[in-house]
Amino acid sequence: MDDQQRRDSAWHALDVVIDPELDEPITDLGFVRSLEVSADGAVSVHLRLPTSFCAPNFAYLMASDAKDVLTALEWTGSVTVELDDHHDSDIINTGLAADAGYRGTFRHEALDDLSELRETFLRKAHTAAMERCLTAILRCDREFDVSELGAVRLDALPADDITESLLRRRRSIGLSTEADDLVMVDHRGVGYAPDAVPMALRRARSTRISIDGNAHFCRGLLRTRYGDDAVGPRTAGDTPSDTGTFVPLSALTMPA
Amino acid sequence: MYEKNGEKYFIVDAHVALWDAREENQRNIHGKQFIDCFYDYHRNLSPESEVWDYDDYLYQGGERLMKDLFADGYVDHAIFQPAHLGEFYYKGFGQTDEASELAAEHPDKLTYNHHFDPRNGEQGLDQLRLDAEKYHLKGVKLYTAEWHGDSRGYKLDDPWAYRYFQACRELGIRNIHVHKGPTIRPLDRDAFDVADVDHVASDFTDLNFVVEHCGLPRLEDFCWIATQEPNVHAGLAVAMPFIHSRPKYFAQILGELLYWIGEDRIQFSSDYAIWTPRWLIESFVDFQIPDELGEYPQLTTDQKKKILGLNAAAMYDIPVPAELQVAAADETSVGPRGADEMVGA
Repeated sequence: MDDQQRRDSAWHALDVVIDPELDEPITDLGFVRSLEVSADGAVSVHLRLPTSFCAPNFAYLMASDAKDVLTALEWTGSVTVELDDHHDSDIINTGLAADAGYRGTFRHEALDDLSELRETFLRKAHTAAMERCLTAILRCDREFDVSELGAVRLDALPADDITESLLRRRRSIGLSTEADDLVMVDHRGVGYAPDAVPMALRRARSTRISIDGNAHFCRGLLRTRYGDDAVGPRTAGDTPSDTGTFVPLSALTMPA
Repeated sequence: MYEKNGEKYFIVDAHVALWDAREENQRNIHGKQFIDCFYDYHRNLSPESEVWDYDDYLYQGGERLMKDLFADGYVDHAIFQPAHLGEFYYKGFGQTDEASELAAEHPDKLTYNHHFDPRNGEQGLDQLRLDAEKYHLKGVKLYTAEWHGDSRGYKLDDPWAYRYFQACRELGIRNIHVHKGPTIRPLDRDAFDVADVDHVASDFTDLNFVVEHCGLPRLEDFCWIATQEPNVHAGLAVAMPFIHSRPKYFAQILGELLYWIGEDRIQFSSDYAIWTPRWLIESFVDFQIPDELGEYPQLTTDQKKKILGLNAAAMYDIPVPAELQVAAADETSVGPRGADEMVGA
């Protein structure tokens, strides 16, 4: 494996590290500031975020996920992940270097580990994906009775990116993806009675708007903070955009 | 007052600050990081013509505030919502003396809200009583993510916070503005939903809870709670400037708020000096829900009048000329207000 292959391999690994609140990969968001690999398999990554005051638990979660996915690659030796320009950079970087875990890093301030936080946002990501699919149905057929959305099954969805991202999100929270599964279900897979459907869709819509808006906000702030360099050093022309529609995830796999 | 096409709007800017973030007031690197974060918001979301120089941004002073809000900005009344941030700034971030003196000079134009921190215990309670008398407080601004010693935040339903709300009730401080905005988070003590607002709103039904930044970036949690609690309101600080940079997103925020909590419980603010009110007011009066967002009804002029000033004026008993008033909507006190058709986004 040459340097370029190692570099590509590391970038590819980082594609599965998701900003949980934005529901997008850190590589697309421009959060990876630099990535260096050496012939002996040492990897050094610098991450950066849209503000110094991004939530420390999210910052820690992304940085430690990045370290985990890189360490899991067969060819990597020492892996160093550092978070730049954050108000808790020193604490987080020290904790990461020592593999102290979230609670070990933040001590008394951290009441729980991060698994619950991660789960909350995976569920939100599923809710938003579900709303996109159902709203697409309404867009195509303005006469469609909203309360009948609760009876739509997965095999009725078109084979497109929106559906694909729903399926990935279902898998990420442990829901099945059989053809005759209902689309509109909660995180346990439970569907909705027809009269509960409009309200459930409304709630899902506000979740989707939150997530989409956060992504806009953070991309814009990152660009403001770091200027033209904010797209990250991946490849020329591979520029994440903060305009247009909301990009479907290329992955929603969370490291174990 | 702002007038456009024969319609007159009474303007209350419900969330403004007079801050000092100059280097001599910065206690540590976090003081710089904090104002830099604000400056990035300002640069990111403002029209190019409205972007200030960094040095102007660090401190404005009372004279400039009066000009930006009242001479240039159409504002009829503004309410100070100061953040203390004593761990970051020697004299605090919000300038209590300067702002309260300015408010005392212009009682028809300015209301001074102060702040408290329940982690100050009994001493803080005594101070709150003194402050309430000194500043004639009708409201307070709470910054639950404020650093305090080795603590990075508190929740509204902490037992000590309850003691402070009981004191507010006794002292006639009826309006509790809570920062629930993006970033500046403590660790996992942060409520990633607005659950603590839910608890206190249920237990203190005689107090108003204005959630600043309307819960963004967790709009859905906010809407769900606000729809069930008649004393929970949405402050549009930081949401407003999306009207320029992300109008479709702004339309969706507004559409959701109108659906879930209705037109009588949404308050305009510029969040001065993060933004100046003039362009926000002009843009909002001209704003309409884009056609492609067919699931939301069009905004009415009366809704705009309420959001731009009448709602906050009612909460603060600010006199409004009779001809600028609009009747309250006949809406349920709890449950979604929206009667829009359920069509696609």
